[in-house]
Amino acid sequence: MNAEVNAPTAPEKKEFWRWQESVWVDETKDWKTAKIVTCGIDVGSVSSQAVLVIDGELYGFNSMRTGNNSPDSATNALAGIMDKCGMKQEDIHFVVGTGYGRVNVPFADKAITEIACHARGANYMGGNGVRTILDMGGQDCKAIHCDEKGKVTNFLMNDKCAAGTGRGMEVISDLMQIPIAELGPRSFDVDVEPEAVSSVCVVFAKSEALGLLKAGYTKNKVIAAYCQAMAERVVSLLERIGVEEGFFITGGIAKNPGVVKRIEKLLGIKAMETKVDSQIAGALGAALFGYTLASKKAAAAAA
Amino acid sequence: MIANYGYKDGSGEYYISIDTDKCIDCAAERACLTACPKQMFEIIEDDYDDQVAWIKKPNCRTLSYDCADCKPSSGYTTLPCITACTPGAIKHSW
Amino acid sequence: MITAGIDMGSRSVKVVLLEELDVNGAPQLKYGVKKVHIMMPGDLDQDVSAEKAYDEALAAAGLKREDIAAVFATGAGRGQVAFAKEGVTEMTSGAKGAVFMFPAARTVVDVGAEEGRGMKTDAEGKAIDFAGNEKCAAGAGSFAEAMSRALQMTLKEFGDASLQSDKTIPMNAQCTVFAESEVVSLIHASTPKNDIAKAVLDAVASRVCAMVRRVGIEGEVVLIGGMVHNAGFVSSLKNAMGVDTISLPDMPEYISALGCAMIAAERQH
Repeated sequence: MNAEVNAPTAPEKKEFWRWQESVWVDETKDWKTAKIVTCGIDVGSVSSQAVLVIDGELYGFNSMRTGNNSPDSATNALAGIMDKCGMKQEDIHFVVGTGYGRVNVPFADKAITEIACHARGANYMGGNGVRTILDMGGQDCKAIHCDEKGKVTNFLMNDKCAAGTGRGMEVISDLMQIPIAELGPRSFDVDVEPEAVSSVCVVFAKSEALGLLKAGYTKNKVIAAYCQAMAERVVSLLERIGVEEGFFITGGIAKNPGVVKRIEKLLGIKAMETKVDSQIAGALGAALFGYTLASKKAAAAAA
Repeated sequence: MIANYGYKDGSGEYYISIDTDKCIDCAAERACLTACPKQMFEIIEDDYDDQVAWIKKPNCRTLSYDCADCKPSSGYTTLPCITACTPGAIKHSW
Repeated sequence: MITAGIDMGSRSVKVVLLEELDVNGAPQLKYGVKKVHIMMPGDLDQDVSAEKAYDEALAAAGLKREDIAAVFATGAGRGQVAFAKEGVTEMTSGAKGAVFMFPAARTVVDVGAEEGRGMKTDAEGKAIDFAGNEKCAAGAGSFAEAMSRALQMTLKEFGDASLQSDKTIPMNAQCTVFAESEVVSLIHASTPKNDIAKAVLDAVASRVCAMVRRVGIEGEVVLIGGMVHNAGFVSSLKNAMGVDTISLPDMPEYISALGCAMIAAERQH
């Protein structure tokens, strides 16, 4: 076999696209007194989350970068949160896997698509008034419409093209040599709001961005033009499924005000606020589905 | 539920939408499965445990090419999938 | 009479000077002076690049601006060529040039750095129908270029490598950005370079072919544009289109500029 090809080893360089990983546990609750402990694991293309739900309430989560394979990423995400609260895997009654790697979660009792999980998670985080959900993930973008129970009524998912995804934003952050968390705030630090970059394609937008820098645009202004293009693109996806009040944004890009504020402006609707990390919506939804399923199982066993 | 399969890229919007409420108790005996010359339809159990049709994953990223042979410029005036689906669950966006 | 055709592409400017000769009463065309100026992203403004390439072409031919009867421009950036008298589309100029080189050509495939398209032409080199995608990098040379970079090969090496493979590995990613990650995982999985190169070029060829099929494949097939230099791509395209031969001009990237200069000459009569 011709195996002399080595992966290009990354030189020591700053990784501008790298975002913050996090672990959180609700210290006011005690899982040991809970009747049902369930877990949702969302193995995305870029990030993986494990969420613990006790008796139908959010208890803790761990969000980290997806590694080379889905089973390890799922295991590591879960281990991170179990360590934090001194839990063992046998203490968990039901595990639901979701996301791009959902069928590769070795210890999952069931796999549910991220569309249904995001709707369920958003319904918990934003309340039953949530109708329109936008999930901007690492390698896809989903527009979901749901009812008051968090059941999906209309959805679309775009995973064909990097435009409008977190990956597209990472490309620009790397190109501009600006840490990804700073892109949003910087995009508002401009003299006048520029027009959106005209290219939808990330590859072409990259050359266009370089051209704009050459033409005298500041880095901030180029970032603003890119954020605007991204906002216009996701708004066109939302329009296909119909936008209704009760607008909730999940996924990593929800943390980028440069895109969020511009989407709100285009739609004329403010996104609902949440105290919980927007990236966990999918895993949270999965854990809540797990709670429903575990409750049914317990009820059936008791009967 | 309206499930939209497809994408939007620089060249346009390409979605096939399936109204799962019309699809669940198919009155056309799943005719879409054989009507599509590319056999892009498949029956799955969705997240709400319903048996419905969807578009196979790889085709969701290549619809503009996959459907090109059935679109008007190639001679069809009606699309085979839409004709076969008598309950009217299938729609094309382009 | 001498005319000039300037093809303002996304990455390079191509200039062809064309002389119309009278040989024993029959008008004949003579081309030969050509000049290319490669633009890097963020390079000089397009109009400056066009001026520069044009002046270099004139100097190489020993001509002055006043010797040229008409300058026409084509290509995506044709509007930027301030000194051009008229602009014609890439479809018009590409079909014209291709039929001049291969009179039996009826299907013209044009694959450049940032765009790919298929055209149907008549015997006069007039484009009848076309299909293309200028807004997505996936069906153009830049897709192959990005992947060759991931393999640390030049585009030429990449094409040659693909010829060494007889494997068919489907690529799942359609987008250039996502395909880069896919190629990296193929490398991690110790997939031979040759097979990766073929997978990538097959993917570009299948997209280009889908566009050509929209206009229909008939008569002689000619490939123009920079991707002609990539032997692996030509082979993948032949397979995808199901044709035995694809005619390749010797100066593939200048065909549109040549067609453009021919149209400039025609419109002076």
